[in-house]
Amino acid sequence: MANFYNDNENLKFHLTHPLMEKIVKLKEKNYTEMEHHDYAPLDLEDALDSYDKVLEIIGEISGDIIGPNAEGVDHDGPQLIDNEVIYAKGTQENHDALVKAGMIGMSLPREYGGLNFPIVPYVMSAEIVSRADAGFANIWGLQDCAETIHEFGSEEIKNEYLPRFNKGATAAMDLTEPDAGSDLQAVQLKATLDQQTGIWYLDGVKRFITNGDADISLVLARSEANTTDARGLSLFVYDRTHRAVKIRRIENKLGIKGSPTCELVFKNAPAKLIGDTKLGLIKYVMSLMNSARLGVGAQSVGIAEAAWREALKYAQEREQFGKAIIRYPAVYEMITNMKVKTDAIRTLLYETARFVDIYKAYTFAGHDRKLEQAEREEYKYYLKLADVFTPLLKLFSSEYCNQIAYDALQIHGGTGYMKDFPVERIYRDARITTIYEGTSQLQVVAAIRGVGNGAYLKALQAYGAVEVKPELQYMKSVLEKMTDQFGKTVEKVNEFEDNEYLDFHARRLVEMAGNTIMGYLLLHDANRSDVYTKSADIFIRMARAENIAKVGFINQSHPKDLGAYKQV
Amino acid sequence: MSFRIIVLAKQVPDTRNVGKDAMKADGTVNRAALPAIFNPEDLNALELALRIKDQRKDCEVIVLTMGPFRAAEIVREAMYRGADRGYLITDRKFAGSDTLATSYAISLAVKKLEPYNLVISGRQAIDGDTAQVGPQTAEKLNIPQVTYAEDIPEVTDTHIVIKRRLELGIETVKAPMPLAITVHSSAPDCRQRVAKLLMKYKHARTVTELQNETKDYTELYNQRPYLQIDEWTVDDLHADVEMLGLSGSPTKVKKIENVVFAHKDSKVMTSSDEDINNLMKELIESHVIG
Repeated sequence: MANFYNDNENLKFHLTHPLMEKIVKLKEKNYTEMEHHDYAPLDLEDALDSYDKVLEIIGEISGDIIGPNAEGVDHDGPQLIDNEVIYAKGTQENHDALVKAGMIGMSLPREYGGLNFPIVPYVMSAEIVSRADAGFANIWGLQDCAETIHEFGSEEIKNEYLPRFNKGATAAMDLTEPDAGSDLQAVQLKATLDQQTGIWYLDGVKRFITNGDADISLVLARSEANTTDARGLSLFVYDRTHRAVKIRRIENKLGIKGSPTCELVFKNAPAKLIGDTKLGLIKYVMSLMNSARLGVGAQSVGIAEAAWREALKYAQEREQFGKAIIRYPAVYEMITNMKVKTDAIRTLLYETARFVDIYKAYTFAGHDRKLEQAEREEYKYYLKLADVFTPLLKLFSSEYCNQIAYDALQIHGGTGYMKDFPVERIYRDARITTIYEGTSQLQVVAAIRGVGNGAYLKALQAYGAVEVKPELQYMKSVLEKMTDQFGKTVEKVNEFEDNEYLDFHARRLVEMAGNTIMGYLLLHDANRSDVYTKSADIFIRMARAENIAKVGFINQSHPKDLGAYKQV
Repeated sequence: MSFRIIVLAKQVPDTRNVGKDAMKADGTVNRAALPAIFNPEDLNALELALRIKDQRKDCEVIVLTMGPFRAAEIVREAMYRGADRGYLITDRKFAGSDTLATSYAISLAVKKLEPYNLVISGRQAIDGDTAQVGPQTAEKLNIPQVTYAEDIPEVTDTHIVIKRRLELGIETVKAPMPLAITVHSSAPDCRQRVAKLLMKYKHARTVTELQNETKDYTELYNQRPYLQIDEWTVDDLHADVEMLGLSGSPTKVKKIENVVFAHKDSKVMTSSDEDINNLMKELIESHVIG
């Protein structure tokens, strides 16, 4: 009888953010959809109420079905039988429950059978499902692929594939190859066009493909012979009913064991082109990756929430030296920091989701009508923010989720190292989040652009312009100092005009920006609800101390020091 | 002609999650302190009905509930899961009805919905645990009844096959229709609410509820008549008032004592891993261990 939505007031708080008014109005085309669809909302209040109620269903399925199944799924895992991936029994149950409840294709328009949900409630669903079982969240979260087909596919492809999602079709994104991991430009899987029929045929190997035996797969392949870079790559959709892919094996992983990671061999597999040739990686996969990174952000927050709850419960129950261990400073500090960090990445998650929501809504509105000048400017503004916030979110949420899972296990002591408590599974599941969909190191590479072009500084200044209650003013003053310090430190590093030196400090600079941004977001949350005052206060103090340490390190370094790090 | 199933469902206080305020000093249930929920075995009954609807295009599932105005929530909850429509039997004159008076009122409502194929309900409600309303309703309707159902493996136009969960095993019976069925908790859990149905029906209201709405939805209700949940009063049922409420209820509570819980259901478990896992899960969930 658990409900992972109702028992977490933070979710309702983020769902009712003031910016939702703009998002929902755009997404619902000013509430005109109700003329054609009996489940479309009448107004903002009605829409928010629908999200709330649907999230309650997700919370119930997560609490009553997915959560209780997680241990069995982790133990059993998927199997490969007759070239077919058979999910663990619990995985299938989870999937069936969500399909029957209509939770696939949540963000797709209603004309394709979707719920037309904005990104915010969709991402919230992903957080809730991840808290129950992070591995299963991958299988469910791959409905992101529908978004890519919707955004870039032809009418024919959209009509063929999109309605299948709400009926339960599973999806996969087939990008990685043995020699093309972080560097996707190196993809070699070959796509050949049969000029007569207009059908493309795929040949080659894909590796580490989550849910590789899915009904619908998006495949990145080299359509331009004799090319070696990104400009020769296109994106294709492959339908499993063709049975032209051999599944070589399912990987045996450290965590997220319920999610089948496959090695695939495409043999003359018929496929359809998404959008135009040569834009596969440059445009479509970049967009797909951005939603996937938002997805990992949601997954990380869900894992962090699960880990924190396990730790709290254990620390309250476990007694040593005659009292519950949570009463010792060493433990209560850990528990509180875990909670504060979870609040911080959650607020960053929903801020990013809102930015994505607005620019995506304008993108689709632009397909139907010409955008006004003001709308175009807003579109660009939020697109830019989404671009710099997404890598920041992926970086911080995944790193924090690992720290929180690590501490949660630590609080369990020796017991946590055994298989007896859920925390060991959560700890293993957390580990992948800093790796897939772009490692933390690659997120820094993406995020450093926001440092260089001043996007973070601009965002920070905009946050600084928001007035807060007098009793919160002291935190704002600290954040203003941190903003100033961040700007000056960036200048200091740039003074050397040495790209390698900038890369060397990139993570420190990006983290300085992130710490300050999350500080502001928590401050604004506190401004809207007292509940967050404590988290804001503790986080800002922690962030301030961290940034000072980073500045200390940067100030005493010089480009010539890099040599010492190069010689191993 | 459609295959009509009438599901009888009751809104009950959630006696499974009792807190310290669950009982009043006089030993009666403190309804205000407990959340109102869909009676669990009625949900099992709804699921069996919906499974028939999954198989038959001509099937229509109608939910019937009796209770105060707020019991309309039961009708909505059933529609979120796939029921086609529902009725709320409500009237102050029903207050204080025992199982006899209740089944009298329900049987009149069922008769208004003739012709029907099945009347299906949970075995018993968790607030009273009498298991009398289903069978008594069947008697008043003068139709055969099958109790303790846990599965319906076969339904044709003329007969139905039902598996009954009995203490020492499972009995499979074949019965004619129209038929009344009461469903045991070992029947499959009810499906989840469906997102689109929830959004479609969440504005469904009874006339009484509409009067209390702050927003004016008149236009919406004119456009979408399916959002109207009908309320049936004593007059609508043409009921004899003497047979309702306290006057129609021969059951009088003489005294209430606290009792120690004894086992109610029995379940046969094999030594398979799966059964042992399920047993452990159940024991942990019910806080017997852990």
